[in-house]
Amino acid sequence: MHVSRRGFFKVCAAGMTGSSLATMGFAPTAALAEVRQYKLAHATETRSICPYCSVSCGTLVYSMGDKSKNAKARIFHIEGDPDNPVNRGSLCPKGAGLLDMVQSPLRLTHPEVREPGATEWKRISWDEAFERIAKHMKADRDAHFVEKNDAGLTVNRWPTTGFLASSAASNEPSYLSIKVMRALGVIAIDTQARI
Amino acid sequence: MTNHWVDIKNADLILIMGGNAAEAHTCGFKWVQEAKHGRRAKLVVVDPRFTRSAAVADYYAPIRAGTDIAFLAGVINYLLEHDKLQHEYVKAYTNAAFLIDPGYGFEDGLFTGYNAEKRSYDKATWRYQMGEDGFAMVDETLQDPNCVFQLMKKHFARYDADTVSSITGTPKDAFLKVCEMIAECAAPDRVMTILYALGWTQHSVGSQNIRTMAMIQLLLGNMGMAGGGINALRGHANVQGVTDMCPFTANLPGYLSAPTERDVDVQTYVSSRTPKAIRPNQMNFPQNFPKWWVSLMKAWYGDAATADNGWAYDWLPKPDGAYDVLAMFERMHQGRMNGFFCQGFNPLASVAHKGKVSAALSKLKYLVVIDPLATDTSEFWKNHGEFNDVDPRQIQTEVFRLPAELFAEHDGTFTNSGRVIQWHWKAADGPGETRGDLEIIAQLYTRLKAMYAKDGGALPDPVLNLTWPYRQPTKPSSDEVLREINGRALRDLTDANGNVLVKAGDQLAGFAQLRDDGSTACGNWIYSGCYSQAGNLTQRRDNADPSGLGQTLNWGFAWPANRRIIYNRASCDPSGKPWDAKRTLLRWTGTAWAGNDIPDMRPNAAPEENVGPFIMTQEGVARLFAPGMAEGPFPEHYEPFETPLGKNPMHPDKPQVTSNPAARVYKGDMELFGKADEFPYVATTYRLVEHFHFWSKYSKINAILQPEHFVEISEELAAEKGIRKGDMVKVRSNRGYLKAVAVVTKRIPVLTVDGRKVHTVGIPLHYGFKGETKPGFITNTLTPFVGDANSQTPEYKAFLVNIEKA
Repeated sequence: MHVSRRGFFKVCAAGMTGSSLATMGFAPTAALAEVRQYKLAHATETRSICPYCSVSCGTLVYSMGDKSKNAKARIFHIEGDPDNPVNRGSLCPKGAGLLDMVQSPLRLTHPEVREPGATEWKRISWDEAFERIAKHMKADRDAHFVEKNDAGLTVNRWPTTGFLASSAASNEPSYLSIKVMRALGVIAIDTQARI
Repeated sequence: MTNHWVDIKNADLILIMGGNAAEAHTCGFKWVQEAKHGRRAKLVVVDPRFTRSAAVADYYAPIRAGTDIAFLAGVINYLLEHDKLQHEYVKAYTNAAFLIDPGYGFEDGLFTGYNAEKRSYDKATWRYQMGEDGFAMVDETLQDPNCVFQLMKKHFARYDADTVSSITGTPKDAFLKVCEMIAECAAPDRVMTILYALGWTQHSVGSQNIRTMAMIQLLLGNMGMAGGGINALRGHANVQGVTDMCPFTANLPGYLSAPTERDVDVQTYVSSRTPKAIRPNQMNFPQNFPKWWVSLMKAWYGDAATADNGWAYDWLPKPDGAYDVLAMFERMHQGRMNGFFCQGFNPLASVAHKGKVSAALSKLKYLVVIDPLATDTSEFWKNHGEFNDVDPRQIQTEVFRLPAELFAEHDGTFTNSGRVIQWHWKAADGPGETRGDLEIIAQLYTRLKAMYAKDGGALPDPVLNLTWPYRQPTKPSSDEVLREINGRALRDLTDANGNVLVKAGDQLAGFAQLRDDGSTACGNWIYSGCYSQAGNLTQRRDNADPSGLGQTLNWGFAWPANRRIIYNRASCDPSGKPWDAKRTLLRWTGTAWAGNDIPDMRPNAAPEENVGPFIMTQEGVARLFAPGMAEGPFPEHYEPFETPLGKNPMHPDKPQVTSNPAARVYKGDMELFGKADEFPYVATTYRLVEHFHFWSKYSKINAILQPEHFVEISEELAAEKGIRKGDMVKVRSNRGYLKAVAVVTKRIPVLTVDGRKVHTVGIPLHYGFKGETKPGFITNTLTPFVGDANSQTPEYKAFLVNIEKA
């Protein structure tokens, strides 16, 4: 749901400017002398949630670019969502700094591999990354999968590869990760929630 | 949280202990201020540091890190001694009247059944006396010496104010003042809430810290009340949701107990998890386990899960032991693991004893880091000077680093600490070639599936038969996955008369519609109802609050069943009348339960039926005596594994019970625990408002505000050690050292414990060698590799260090 407040701001701005100018006796043409436009007036507003603590404050994420072909949206402002019943528009110093997180120069932008014993990263394609990781997984699973334990009980477990699940992920990827890992027989599964 | 953020405004007394909401949950803390301003509520803070929460408290009491049980046990003793109980509540809604096996006992710090070699208990005597009718026996007069109430009185009588003060370092008058304030909430129309966080969980006795408080809330009649409850202020924005999905070895989604090697077949597995009621007329809600589990197996394996193959029970992996994060790194350290995935997780920084974690990662064949950021873990193999002093050429681990999207770059749901599931919409693509977590998992799965289809391999069946109904198999949408989590009817669901209740293919309205005959599929029963035929209810944005209590029932969707306050039946007396009419959540109308929340009770259960409000227990009541706990049915004070006293003052001559006798300690780690003669100071870890656990150090503005690693000490300790504000200091534990800037403050109290002075060193748990902050040491270089006996959460909050000028 992308609620654009563009129209709303236009009406408000026009109304306010118009009425106050009229009160002060200026001719309407003076409206062109406004200092600058409200910076969010042409932005797309998206309802999101701060990813830091579990208050899960509602946020309004403003982006430029109307998402038409070749117009990539770019986030340029984030503030608290006044409709959210918990944070009522406020954000703490972490949430107020979210834009710097989104735009952090330490964001990863492409897959990389560090080969055994290497001292640096090497850029690779997604296809190569997925293929190499899947091969590692299959080789390890096929070599170490335990179908039956010593007592002859069917246990179908793959004990030699582990998965630490993110607490910053949304519910959907979390669920899907577990669904896949369990199907593979992974038992070493844990999450940030414990620590 | 049993309650929710806005509900804090309904409290008369707010206790913050084991947390620092003003800094760590700032925007939730506003509801504390609302309670103070709106209804003259009082705020009490108990903490080893004078925190920012303490700074706005009505009363602050200092405490030694790791002694919360002694403090809270003292509160219980005070309430019992002064008869400050909500009597009717305790009698009707707890197991106070239940009779316990006469063989149960407690002596010299140990409960009956201890096995020193295994460091665990045989709980055979920790049980109710059962009558011939199959029900637990009770003594309504609470006078039987074996009833829970009398056993509890005896157990806690040892925690008098002098003993508590001597162990905790809390001045006696401060302790008694807090007791008095808490005791006022025994009145049915006065309610206390407790806000805690990692300051309670991150101890070797973490679970019992929380349980002791839960007992207090029960004795005061505060559970199920608006403004009451037990409120865990959790970590990440979706840590609650991820916990609910259960990425844990021991659980399947929705906290369903996962099978182990003890479950020899599907019948054993299902029957041992399907309890029987042990008091008359109780709901015993977990008796529905077969419906929840079969529906999960249908969601995962579809037509391949049949009654004939036990719903594909064999395909569920059965572990051979513990695989929690400490156990995992122990196995890795022993060279027993080859591959590892870190999805949005930075274990090098966030797991205890960095040296061991680093050595363990170095033994892997492959490591896959899926993260939006260049984490410390992803570069564990890289030399970062003295902050990460390793030789890459000696480390043969192949490391993949995959760029993932941040919150604003994908659609999906987060579940807040108050269990409210809320949808968030995508605002923009991530930078460069970033991809979403759903796609990354789906890509790996679909490739593996193709490999197994083509080449075969170890047990391909569960891989090949996993349901994968997504329109783009390599890129499932959050909408599709949330629908699967909610669940749907696989064929027409009919009532006893053959009337169709739910049409085949329709989304389910809630978990009450789940069946154990394979006719329903549901990925997580507790989330059922969040995406019904009415649509995606997590997207609801109506913040109207007709209750005036902040319930906002049409904002998002709270699990379970959109219930905002769990155990809310307990907000009414046994006859169905609210204990306090001003905060009515429910009442019995004569024909049904109705009010300002979804009843946590069968809607037509008349009060005369005596159906208890704690529907998830077999008893229908809450447990003051809890045999499920690893280290005892009643809480007992045990020292942290690194104790400044070298003994447990409750049992000074019994070294076996100095620290939690049921906590798991690995060989090699026990020897690494530091002793007070070499490491005389108590260290505790924390964060400031600009810190988010090794994460916000990547955000420039937060790095500007908190640029560099520091440690906080008292003026007295600084003077003793010749340390001045701004000096670089070296802090050592028995596992390593870090260097940081000294911050000398009045905020760290010096305590008198067991007749001697105890100093505390405060160490933020945040900095590392990656990020926008000044490169620094990882605090977990210092912390001990031992966890709580029940949850295995590491003891980050109380350990020993020494400090000197660097």
